[in-house]
Amino acid sequence: MLNYDIVVIGGGPAGLAAAIEAKKNGVDSILVIERDRELGGILQQCIHNGFGLHIFKEELTGPEYAQRFIEQLEDMGISYKLDTMVLDISEDKSLMVMNRTDGLLKIRGKAIILAMGCRERTRGAINIPGTRPAGVFTAGTAQRFVNMEGYMVGKKVVILGSGDIGLIMARRLTLEGAEVKAVAELMPYSGGLTRNIVQCLDDFDIPLFLSHTLIDIKGRDRVEGITIAKVDENRKPIPGTEQHYECDTLLLSVGLIPENELSKSAGIQLDSITGGPVVNEAMETSVKGIFACGNVVHVHDLVDWVTEESRRAGRNAAKFIKDELWDGGPSFRTAAEKGIRYIVPHMVRVENVEQTVDLFMRVDDVYTNVNMVVKLDGVRIRTITKKHLAPGEMESIKIPTKFLKEKSGGLLTVCLEKEGA
Amino acid sequence: MNKKEMICIVCPMGCRLTLQEDVNEEKGYKVSGNQCHRGIEYGIMEQVNPTRALTSTVKIKDSSLNRLPVRTDHPIPKAMLFECMKLLNHIEIQAPIKMGDIVVENVLNTGANIIASRSMA
Amino acid sequence: MYDVAIIGAGVIGCAVARELSRYDLKVVLIEKDTDIANGTTKANSAIVHGGYDAKPGSLKARFNVEGNAMFDEICKELDVPFQRIGSLVLAFDHEDVQAIQELYDRGVINGVPNMEMLDREQILALEPNLNKDIIAALHAPTAGIVGPWELAIAMAENAIENGVELKLEHKVTQIEKLENGYGISTDKGKLKAAYVINCAGLYADEVHNMVADPSFRIIPRRGQYNVFDRSVGDFVKKVIFQCPTKKGKGVLIAPTVHGNLIVGPDAEELDCKESIETTMEGLGFIREQGKKSTEKVPSHAIITAFAGLRATPSTGDFIIEELTEAKGFIDVAGIESPGLTAAPAIGIYVLELLKNSGVILKEKESFNPIRRKAIRFMELTDEEKTELIKRDPRFGRIICRCESITEGEIVDIIGRKAGALTVDGVKRRARPGTGRCQGGFCGPRVMEILARELEMDITEVLKDRRGSYLLTGPTKVDTGIEESFDAVAAAKEL
Repeated sequence: MLNYDIVVIGGGPAGLAAAIEAKKNGVDSILVIERDRELGGILQQCIHNGFGLHIFKEELTGPEYAQRFIEQLEDMGISYKLDTMVLDISEDKSLMVMNRTDGLLKIRGKAIILAMGCRERTRGAINIPGTRPAGVFTAGTAQRFVNMEGYMVGKKVVILGSGDIGLIMARRLTLEGAEVKAVAELMPYSGGLTRNIVQCLDDFDIPLFLSHTLIDIKGRDRVEGITIAKVDENRKPIPGTEQHYECDTLLLSVGLIPENELSKSAGIQLDSITGGPVVNEAMETSVKGIFACGNVVHVHDLVDWVTEESRRAGRNAAKFIKDELWDGGPSFRTAAEKGIRYIVPHMVRVENVEQTVDLFMRVDDVYTNVNMVVKLDGVRIRTITKKHLAPGEMESIKIPTKFLKEKSGGLLTVCLEKEGA
Repeated sequence: MNKKEMICIVCPMGCRLTLQEDVNEEKGYKVSGNQCHRGIEYGIMEQVNPTRALTSTVKIKDSSLNRLPVRTDHPIPKAMLFECMKLLNHIEIQAPIKMGDIVVENVLNTGANIIASRSMA
Repeated sequence: MYDVAIIGAGVIGCAVARELSRYDLKVVLIEKDTDIANGTTKANSAIVHGGYDAKPGSLKARFNVEGNAMFDEICKELDVPFQRIGSLVLAFDHEDVQAIQELYDRGVINGVPNMEMLDREQILALEPNLNKDIIAALHAPTAGIVGPWELAIAMAENAIENGVELKLEHKVTQIEKLENGYGISTDKGKLKAAYVINCAGLYADEVHNMVADPSFRIIPRRGQYNVFDRSVGDFVKKVIFQCPTKKGKGVLIAPTVHGNLIVGPDAEELDCKESIETTMEGLGFIREQGKKSTEKVPSHAIITAFAGLRATPSTGDFIIEELTEAKGFIDVAGIESPGLTAAPAIGIYVLELLKNSGVILKEKESFNPIRRKAIRFMELTDEEKTELIKRDPRFGRIICRCESITEGEIVDIIGRKAGALTVDGVKRRARPGTGRCQGGFCGPRVMEILARELEMDITEVLKDRRGSYLLTGPTKVDTGIEESFDAVAAAKEL
């Protein structure tokens, strides 16, 4: 059995930032466990730019963003294991891990940081009817093939879902010589960033069909075509609006799901909306000493926010090791109300808050000119006016601790109100 | 061109800009629909000389992966994206390579270099 | 010249092949597809039926009950996942109660052991997730669940180990009667056999018609299913049927041998024998119909949907006979439900038919009924795991994260007799890609391993059958001069 102060599960952006930050905060005995052949996680296949605007004040590609952290981790002498799978976490924070060289290995951490990221929703999860031929890929799998392995997944492509990976892949495949015929999106708005719609679709005259869904896949062996149709307000296809496209490939960009099978094995409480662990201000889960950060907690829109959140987790895990994390004192629950889908963290212990209480959330629809209203036990303590809110973009609100210091606890809520109401 | 519609991508607002030729304006165009001054700048640039950063890959020999991710170190004219992609088809790099190493210098006389966006052993 | 040619490597063809491999005969198993079990066998309810359903006196009734009793031994010999978990047929009203009583009576005549009638309390004690308005149920403890393609593949592997030849991607196009047997033309050449066993599933009528006048038709009857994540695999403990009514047979809810949950099927007669697409109506039907058994069906945990075609005979019963007009040609046709259950018994019955037709069955001394156990890494003890990784480090590398399948297991099932040749072939034998990510992570890795082990380029790796290519070629290849002009022109227009 190996013993470490902190074991970080996952060597993507979240795990890297958390490990580095823990080390900076005085913990030396740290191990990062990564299941892939190299560190960096999904960033290594995200070769497009747009990463790092907040953290580094420059526009980096995914691999560049990852490499900055990997180099820092190596410079600091933090140990890591590659090609290593965590099979199980028990509540006493011991892990069963496995790889080719060590075989089966038991590792115990005084603290654990969960940074496993997320996975893509698949065809089955959205129950698309039709045949099951070759040529149906999730956008991320296609991205790995094209960008890292160097293989094309198809020649004529339709993309279902307008999340950012789908938009980015529309451009990538077009540049690589494929014909991307259309992008269909179930919702009346895109799940991706506006700049991606302009730069990835409009630049190449790829049509985006909002409020459309896939109703059929044709082809016995390889995809031969697909049919999309417009949907009504209940998201049911409207007869007569069908459009057929001949294509050999269907890419799915229909959402991401936090990967929490290990969290479940450790008995950690999960939030049914985010799909990730319930966490407090320290990014600590319902099991003492097990922290979580990044897309395993909730799916982020920008990696910069993952880094920020993971640094917080790393810092607090270090505090936990040094026995500087407070468990008592006033604590506040958070709750999403009208217009807000969820809030992270779920609980705030004021004693541990560094400067401001930072709440992260997503809205449930597109809104223009609305107020985001924070209430403490029903009393408005902050109002932020927003010109534009969309579900594809994560929002954050900072609450000065002065509002909370005097209180002995309570309920923090956020809701949307029409401006002027 | 007389009138042109475009979406501003400077911030998430996504303003719908209308660009109109106007000899009375300093830069020859009048921009409307913008909610801030950055929209004007974007609109005119997008009309006069639209540029894009290009990210792609090139073949790499003797590495654990088949492709090396690369990018332009400055945006290049939008109209040259495909030509540049075509040029990258012919490039094969020998590992090891360091992030930031120049893969193609002054690509297609744009003044931009193609650089490696990661190190590969 | 073969002694016996079996046409079709579904579960029936494989069962016949394995039975024949016990004897001193030269046997060939001919399959049109790229893999064994690629038709009806890979897409059904995966149930070993009790045997109360079929009409007394029918072949279905006989082979169901006989076959059911053989499963413990055959699955043990061949290392096939099988669990005798029992089944319930639910009654929702008094008419249903009468109907399940009739099933009970039929079961008694058919020889189904240990059936019992349960009342609401007993049912809910066994299955707390079922609806509270169920009033009675028929319990058949001998019913079970099995891995259908695993069974077929295991029987084929064992048959090949014992001397049977397998010819994949050989589609039979014509059969001519010779003086002392049959000449079988395939798209890959001709072969001769003294006896022919027609196990061609959906195409059994067409193969029959190659040597005789049409005497039956095979009607493709499609059934659609949803498969659920393992997290809800214990939602029910037994196979839950609904009482058959005038409106239909209802849908079943059952655990699978791999710990998933399956709900389905509907039933729809079609004209096309290749129509294995799911439809919105079909999936909608099973979703609604399932609620009759339990309102609590965990729809959020659906990981995939599939459809299969049953080979329904126009005669209503299995057709297993030597043709009077074509001696030595045996039809094994129309093997719809309970065909999977009946398969082992049908294999033995075909032996009898061959014997009656003059084939001398001399037992081989070398016959080994045992198939080398598949390595299921995650089921080993920690000590065994450690030992195995030391011996072969490939067992230390997890390829499928959802199902925890190691590289060692995948290499093993590619290397076996009747081993995997395609991504789906690997999936059916070792299960990577059957979990919640449905191959998103492991797909590329499995393709890599297949390419390496079978010594081919990764772009040649198929999903399933010929034509189901996954990659269209490498990136960064020169597209040629004309195309480049087009690209430049297109770029200029932007």
